[in-house]
Amino acid sequence: MEAYVSLFIQAAFVENLALAFFLGMCTFLAVSKRVETAIGLGVAVIAIQVITVPANYLIYTYLLADGALAWAGLANVDLSFLGLVSYIGVIAALVQILEMTLDKYFPKLYNALGIFLPLITVNCAILGGTLFMVERQYDFAESVVFGVGSGTGWAIALIALAGIREKLKYSDVPDGLQGLGIAFIIVGLMSLSFMGFSGI
Amino acid sequence: MNGARKVLIDPLVDNNPITLQMLGICSALAVTTSLLPALLMCLALTSVAALSGAAISALRHRIPNNIRIIVHMTIIASLVILVDQLLKAYAFETSKQLSVFVGLIITNCIVLGRAEAFAMKNGVVMSFLDGLGNGLGYSVILIAVATLRELFGAGTLLGYPVLDLVSNGGWYEANGLMLLPPSAFFIIGLLIWGIRTWRTQQVEKPDYQIHEVHRTEVY
Repeated sequence: MEAYVSLFIQAAFVENLALAFFLGMCTFLAVSKRVETAIGLGVAVIAIQVITVPANYLIYTYLLADGALAWAGLANVDLSFLGLVSYIGVIAALVQILEMTLDKYFPKLYNALGIFLPLITVNCAILGGTLFMVERQYDFAESVVFGVGSGTGWAIALIALAGIREKLKYSDVPDGLQGLGIAFIIVGLMSLSFMGFSGI
Repeated sequence: MNGARKVLIDPLVDNNPITLQMLGICSALAVTTSLLPALLMCLALTSVAALSGAAISALRHRIPNNIRIIVHMTIIASLVILVDQLLKAYAFETSKQLSVFVGLIITNCIVLGRAEAFAMKNGVVMSFLDGLGNGLGYSVILIAVATLRELFGAGTLLGYPVLDLVSNGGWYEANGLMLLPPSAFFIIGLLIWGIRTWRTQQVEKPDYQIHEVHRTEVY
């Protein structure tokens, strides 16, 4: 149990996908102007991350890894080079399914998320989570915890940045730093403070 | 020929994908702690951007509009797999350092963004040049950041010592912060500041105008 808690903390804070690995930066900077939209996107990312990381784990272990097709009598087949296409396909399909489910059963939430749902497909944090899972060879339970942790960490960072940027609107920033420039400096400071978690 | 030149040169500074269009920063910064992986990453991304631009442009009349994103993703993913396999075959050590970030070129917004915005509307050669130009614009920023980080963080360039480190009896104390993630954010932020001070038309309008009177009082 303890191992899972520390994996969660590590995925959410110490190795925060946005602040330590720069993943999902484009969306991170584009959507962090208002807290409300940031919360919506954050929740959507957590949901997708929790589903895709374990789903891709199953695909990798039972279809793509070296010798994974042993159950079908093809022990010598190594399809791991097809990994990237399969993962992105799984992600796109799951995002589509989630979108249709939300539209049917939770129309309110669906409307709140709006354009952000389809955009999650091209969010590198999602694909990055899957690729890290494969590289670090997590087992199924670990991949679930890693999915929850990394999604949560990304969402926390996004919402925190949105809060700061809402206040920032009223401050007097030098002309050249206006907008994108100052956002980068702030993300740098946030990244510094998240590194403080590495002692846990 | 003038048009081709513009398509190629424009993304370098005036319309840089990273500092102005805010695209493709995602996978870029994690590989900039030293120069060699950054150079390989630039090479990988530029070739994927140029080739996918050409491929998508060649197919643009045959791609049904409603499934175009999936088609783009498949083309890009196939090219990235090619690049990934080539890197593993010829530069294994560095490809280990790049770890997941070569794969993440698939979701790099520059590649998909240019496919969507340019390659779907323009000819094969122009799309190839546009991909090349945007790849180079990305490379300029990536190489600048990697040079600064490796030089000040480790005192070396491409692994060769440039600044003599104190630990080797020299004068330069290596700055450990430069090797950590936050420094990349600061360097990009300052680069944007520099570029926008030079090219003032890129400055963004503030959301909330601070009254001129209050502004001048401070000075």
